Amino acid sequence: MHEVRLHGRGGQGAVLASAILAAALVEEGQHVMAIPAFGFERRGAPVVAFLRLSEQVIRRVTNIYHPDIVVVIDPTVVRAVDVFAGMPQNGTFVLATSKQPSELDLPGHLARVAVCDAVRIAMEIFKRQITNTIMLGALAKATGVVSVEALEKALEKTDFRDAGLRQNIEAVRRGYAETSVIELGKEKAA
Amino acid sequence: MSKVIVCDGNEAAAWGACLSRPDMVAVYPITPQSSLVEYLAKFIAEGKMTADLVDVEGEHSVLSVLHGACLAGARTYSATSAQGLAFMFEPYFRTPSLRMPMVVSLVTRDAVSPTCVWGGQQDAMTVKEVGWIHMYCETQQEILDTIPIAYKVAEHPDVMLPVNVNHDGNYLSYGVARVELPDQEIVDSFLGEKNVNWHACLDPERPMAVDPLTGGAGGIGPSTFVKYRKGQCSGMQMALQVIEEAHADWGKRTGRYWSPLIEEYRMEDAEVALVTIGSMTGAAKDAVDEARLDGRKVGIVKIKTFRPFPVQRIAKALSKVRAIGVVDRAVNFGWNSGPVFQEVLGALYHLPVRIPAMSFIGGLAGADITVEHFARAIDRTNRLAAGEAATLPVWLNEND
Repeated sequence: MHEVRLHGRGGQGAVLASAILAAALVEEGQHVMAIPAFGFERRGAPVVAFLRLSEQVIRRVTNIYHPDIVVVIDPTVVRAVDVFAGMPQNGTFVLATSKQPSELDLPGHLARVAVCDAVRIAMEIFKRQITNTIMLGALAKATGVVSVEALEKALEKTDFRDAGLRQNIEAVRRGYAETSVIELGKEKAA
Repeated sequence: MSKVIVCDGNEAAAWGACLSRPDMVAVYPITPQSSLVEYLAKFIAEGKMTADLVDVEGEHSVLSVLHGACLAGARTYSATSAQGLAFMFEPYFRTPSLRMPMVVSLVTRDAVSPTCVWGGQQDAMTVKEVGWIHMYCETQQEILDTIPIAYKVAEHPDVMLPVNVNHDGNYLSYGVARVELPDQEIVDSFLGEKNVNWHACLDPERPMAVDPLTGGAGGIGPSTFVKYRKGQCSGMQMALQVIEEAHADWGKRTGRYWSPLIEEYRMEDAEVALVTIGSMTGAAKDAVDEARLDGRKVGIVKIKTFRPFPVQRIAKALSKVRAIGVVDRAVNFGWNSGPVFQEVLGALYHLPVRIPAMSFIGGLAGADITVEHFARAIDRTNRLAAGEAATLPVWLNEND
């Protein structure tokens, strides 16, 4: 079982991203339980969404406290909340940023970090800072838990149509292609 | 034959309603139900659903409009939560007494004050004595499946009572999972030809007075009123069997056999038992499996049908354990416990032995009941079995 936590800001589509990811994982034969954390959500406030995936049926309908995968779709939210909270040893951290991994202040117990300049890609595709589907591509590259093909199929089942659908498919593909993944364990050993 | 969709509990409920082909739905949005009625509006706009949708100005009107429709022989549906249910209360009380076979989803939410908009079962538990049938769902799939089952039960001539199909606000209403969507033909053949000849039906060709003044202390008043009330109670008791038959029939057609009244989980050799209700049960099952790995013989009795309360079934299921922990997602202010706890105590009275029981309250106002919370409830219930005195109640989220 993997436990994923997505961080974003209200209005960026973190919750929608988790629903698309859930649909893609079911497409791949996995079981999922995706639960948006809740509060008085409003545009710009930090938001969190949780997703569990497993080859077995998932019974617990609870929030996630120890995610082994954390995806941050907004570069600024790391200044507002502790995005590493509860992560166990050997977790994977996926961040929307224009920085290189060596420029990041990371906790020592991560196994893997992935970076994607999602805001730049979003401005090129959408002319707006909508990074959610780009970061699903980044997640696919960083973890391998879901394929780009399954994400595309899931996108086709959303309310995205025509240009919106084409843009989001491009977003997933570019997110995947333009994400660099660093194995921290190996780097330290070297 | 069915197709797989990935959706949250509110969408699953909307699909359950859509597949049951109601003639009329009346809606007013309230958190955490809002997206459910938005899905209904979307399905109707897209032509997936042919019901008339009445977008009214408040919940009192929701149910009043549906009363009219129901008395004219229509199949009706709505959904509400918390303060919406409170505002609906006057016609809500009238619905079972008029024996209207209506289905309304309660997307359960804690009750204000203090102000909160998140899940909890205080709303549904507060109306447990009004005479509606109450069924609580554990998963998104069970929500979808239970709505057609609820119509089958409600419209059964031996029952003729309204049904609330309840699902936990937030965790189930917004939680997304894989759901199998049965083919329309499966649901059509399950529900059969709709018999709109309710006991009371507004028909210009056959004028009749509905809801006559009854009761008082003289003449035929008292005995007539008793006859009405006894009839309601009889419908409720008949529902126990009809609910089982309807679940079995649904299982035959879809392959999904939900426990109709209660579900017993690892109870065959259990020495202590938890009693659960609703979506908390999944985490409880995981906690029981972990406790079993440590050699502790724990089981679960999950309540699906809360009204009518399956007294004999619950007493029998719990008859062999040495201690019981009842986990509630609501407060029973009069008993300083959870409401399900009080109900279970009543059922246990039917047993020749006295089994110690304790009340645990968690998950209020959106709080989470985790596997760790259940592990603590199991620990405490084990100590109760070992002779430690019961305390009332344990608030699971008190130190979160």
